[in-house]
Amino acid sequence: MFGRLTLESIPYHEPIIVVTLAVIAIVGLAVVAAITKAGKWQYLWNEWFTSVDHKKLGFMYIAVAMVMLIRGFADAVMMRSQQLLSAAGESGYLPPHHYDQIFTAHGVIMIFFVAMPLVIGLMNIIVPLQIGARDVAFPYLNNLSFWLFVVGVILTNMSLGLGEFGRTGWLAYPPLSGIEASPGVGVDYWIWALQISGVGTTLTGVNFFATILRMRTPSMPMMKMPVFTWASLCANILIIISFPILTVTIALLTLDRYIGTHFFTNDLGGNVMMYVNLIWAWGHPEVYILILPIFGVFSEVTATFSRKKLFGYTSLVWATIVITILAFVVWLHHFFTMGSGANVNAFFGIATMIISIPTGVKIFNWLFTMYKGRIRFTTPMMWTVGFLITFSVGGMTGVLMAVPGADFVLHNSVFLIAHFHNVIIGGVVFGCFAAITYWFPKATGFTMNETWGKRAFICWIVGFLMAFLPLYALGFMGMTRRLSQDLNPEYFPLLAVAAAGTAVIALGVACQFIQIYVSVRDREQNRDLTGDPWGGRTFEWATSSPPPFYNFAHLPKGDVLDGFWYQKQSGEFDPTKEVEYERIHMPKNTPTGIYVSAWALVFGFAMIWYIWWLAAASFVGIIVTCIQHSYNDDVDYYVEVEEIKAIEAERRAQLEEAKKNEVKDNEKKDDLEVTYAN
Amino acid sequence: MATILMLAGCNSALLDPKGSIGVQEKELIITALLLMLIVVIPVILMTIYFAYRYRESNTDEEYAPDWSHSTKIEVVVWTIPIIIIAILATITWRSTHELEPSKPIASDVKPITIEVVSLDWKWLFIYPEENIATVNYVAFPKDVPVQFKLTSDNIMNAFFIPRLGTQIYAMPGMVTKLNLIANHTGDYKGFASNYSGKGFSQMKFTAAAMEDRTAFLNWVQQVKASPDRIEDWEQFRALASPTVAEPVKMFSSIPPFLFTDVVTQHPGSMNCLPENLG
Repeated sequence: MFGRLTLESIPYHEPIIVVTLAVIAIVGLAVVAAITKAGKWQYLWNEWFTSVDHKKLGFMYIAVAMVMLIRGFADAVMMRSQQLLSAAGESGYLPPHHYDQIFTAHGVIMIFFVAMPLVIGLMNIIVPLQIGARDVAFPYLNNLSFWLFVVGVILTNMSLGLGEFGRTGWLAYPPLSGIEASPGVGVDYWIWALQISGVGTTLTGVNFFATILRMRTPSMPMMKMPVFTWASLCANILIIISFPILTVTIALLTLDRYIGTHFFTNDLGGNVMMYVNLIWAWGHPEVYILILPIFGVFSEVTATFSRKKLFGYTSLVWATIVITILAFVVWLHHFFTMGSGANVNAFFGIATMIISIPTGVKIFNWLFTMYKGRIRFTTPMMWTVGFLITFSVGGMTGVLMAVPGADFVLHNSVFLIAHFHNVIIGGVVFGCFAAITYWFPKATGFTMNETWGKRAFICWIVGFLMAFLPLYALGFMGMTRRLSQDLNPEYFPLLAVAAAGTAVIALGVACQFIQIYVSVRDREQNRDLTGDPWGGRTFEWATSSPPPFYNFAHLPKGDVLDGFWYQKQSGEFDPTKEVEYERIHMPKNTPTGIYVSAWALVFGFAMIWYIWWLAAASFVGIIVTCIQHSYNDDVDYYVEVEEIKAIEAERRAQLEEAKKNEVKDNEKKDDLEVTYAN
Repeated sequence: MATILMLAGCNSALLDPKGSIGVQEKELIITALLLMLIVVIPVILMTIYFAYRYRESNTDEEYAPDWSHSTKIEVVVWTIPIIIIAILATITWRSTHELEPSKPIASDVKPITIEVVSLDWKWLFIYPEENIATVNYVAFPKDVPVQFKLTSDNIMNAFFIPRLGTQIYAMPGMVTKLNLIANHTGDYKGFASNYSGKGFSQMKFTAAAMEDRTAFLNWVQQVKASPDRIEDWEQFRALASPTVAEPVKMFSSIPPFLFTDVVTQHPGSMNCLPENLG
């Protein structure tokens, strides 16, 4: 009846897990109670959960990612402290059984449930606004993608209190992930969490590819698209090509585990090398899916805060396209030590190095955007400067490992760990923080607190350097990754520095939560009434903050690069003018995405625990719900002119108020100057 | 980077290698790093300098809001990385062929062959010529090239002696080859460097580089005097059953073709064709 699910599956004998679960339960109950008390369930369901509005979905992606960041970070703290204790000669508090789950979960969570949703969330909020669209091409699919991602999150977290998570490393190489070496539910949690959320990601890729190609404001040619949109287009092309590889690879592993096929087993012609090649044929493009949109973020931030046109737009776009193509011919550099032979290794090594050329060009483009600018050091710009410095170092160590002869001794060492954290934290994470601060007013209607933002930045960059530079040195000392027991005592001093670095990063994270709290508390003072708090250049700043649900009453004219900037200068852009409106065609909210995902959650759960009848029933549930939805013709409606008029009148009132405030501020300034003069 | 390298100091295995392969790899790492620093250092300095010079409060500086193209700069920022990568690519092509793990090390001395089997979670070393085997301890004379042939009994793993250089995967049903040499005597740390499950952290061994062939042969005699032996496949299976932090063991005799049997044990494997065994 319940497959292999028994009461024994709950790890109540492990105090760390029990305490964690208790905390999660208390916080969860508190949130539920608060929502119930405020009577907000109906509101959340109607306005958020069933929403097809790309801005709300983007917001929810980022919110979930921030929660998962805490979980992933807690894993990091546990790993650092266990290694420190072990190097000090203690046995530590994490036996291999637990430690191995933690590093697996850390990798999976940070990549799939933190970095990916942050990037996809940003694309959701910004891309349609930048191209002057009213929503994405397939609004319902967008909602479905989000909820499928949430299913992955739920399954991963469920493994904490019910059964176990994988003990295989984040890519679950067989034969370790095969049924003989890992008979438990851990690998199955990994499989279904990634498989279900992976389908969501593929749909996102298709959705945004179509959106960017087909939904741009009619006057905007491809070569006038903002760089963030270009980078997102390339990232989505990578998603469309690479995620199916992941889906198939995991499906084959699933067949090996569930019905005894031999794709990757040791017996009957199975071959682990096939798996390693396939998983990296997805895995390498995956890192560019993360970093390309972030390169776009830095381009926007640098141009805006240097108050200057982006240097070398055309070469930046071509650099991005070249990286997109090359992303598919470098996967073998993840396993030079497999013995593929000198020609193969040298080919993939050199292909990898070539990627550093367009990447280097991008860095120079940002530098020359700053050159002869007027740089305002707001928090996003600080993250950008921090990125330029740390990423240069991370890129260098990456190219070093692209030399097979060097990789032969650096592979699988903590040098590698330092390298990819150097590019992922210094690149993706810093970029996401820059982006969140930069676009926060657009999403919420008020700016973030700068003081706490800068404190967070300082803690993060200092903590990051302390936590990861020692790992480079430890790599040279021959320390390999994923160790938990009997560490060489020689590693102790540097591991202590790294652990202290983690504590400093924790301070940074704390600053960020304080920043959010303070920003929400002071939101009335920090209202962005103009919709353009930074002197922006692209069309997301042409509408109000937050934008009306239809984004633009009139689609912007996008025939020049940085069109908004020049329209402001020429006076062509004047939102205070009253104009004629036409009714707007918009998609309707739908709960189908939640229903399909709920069935998918049950299906994943049933497959993990071998509850076959439930798996069959929920699979039918998914199919039937999808078919039912395809008969639903009631998916769109028109926003009437009256409603648009009312909303736009409100916007004009806000602009009036902004103007008044500006005058007041100037008077205050004048007064002060008079006082000083006296 | 320089400070980190100094921090790592002389107990850094990769910067203080004890064999010629490791020495070449160390030199390769340093050359590649220096080459890349030609770009990286100016980039870091330019970032700091531009950020400082063009700050908002410095209104004396030129402000060119529409300046966004310069063919000269474009040519420079594409050309310099291309030149550096071209040099690095040449070095890569040469060094990759030079350091190819399966390539025998040129030497007047006859190399010795050691077969390595990764077990859960210990290393079995087989000396086919001497017909002996050891667990978690491997010995060879210094200045004699060592040809390792590696496979795994079950889980994929990697074999690494940092002081000697190159690591290589050990994979079930397959044979990889690794040629190393020690040029100094000493007991070097070796370990599994690819996560393989519960006992992975403690899957360590000692690699002893002995003074000369005589010392090595003396050691072989010691092993031959050991009362322990592997007599048949069943005894090998017993040894292969999972254990954590296994102590050193010496076996005075082993069944013939044990290594080949381990490689070809999986029925229907496409990887165990004779031509793949090398």
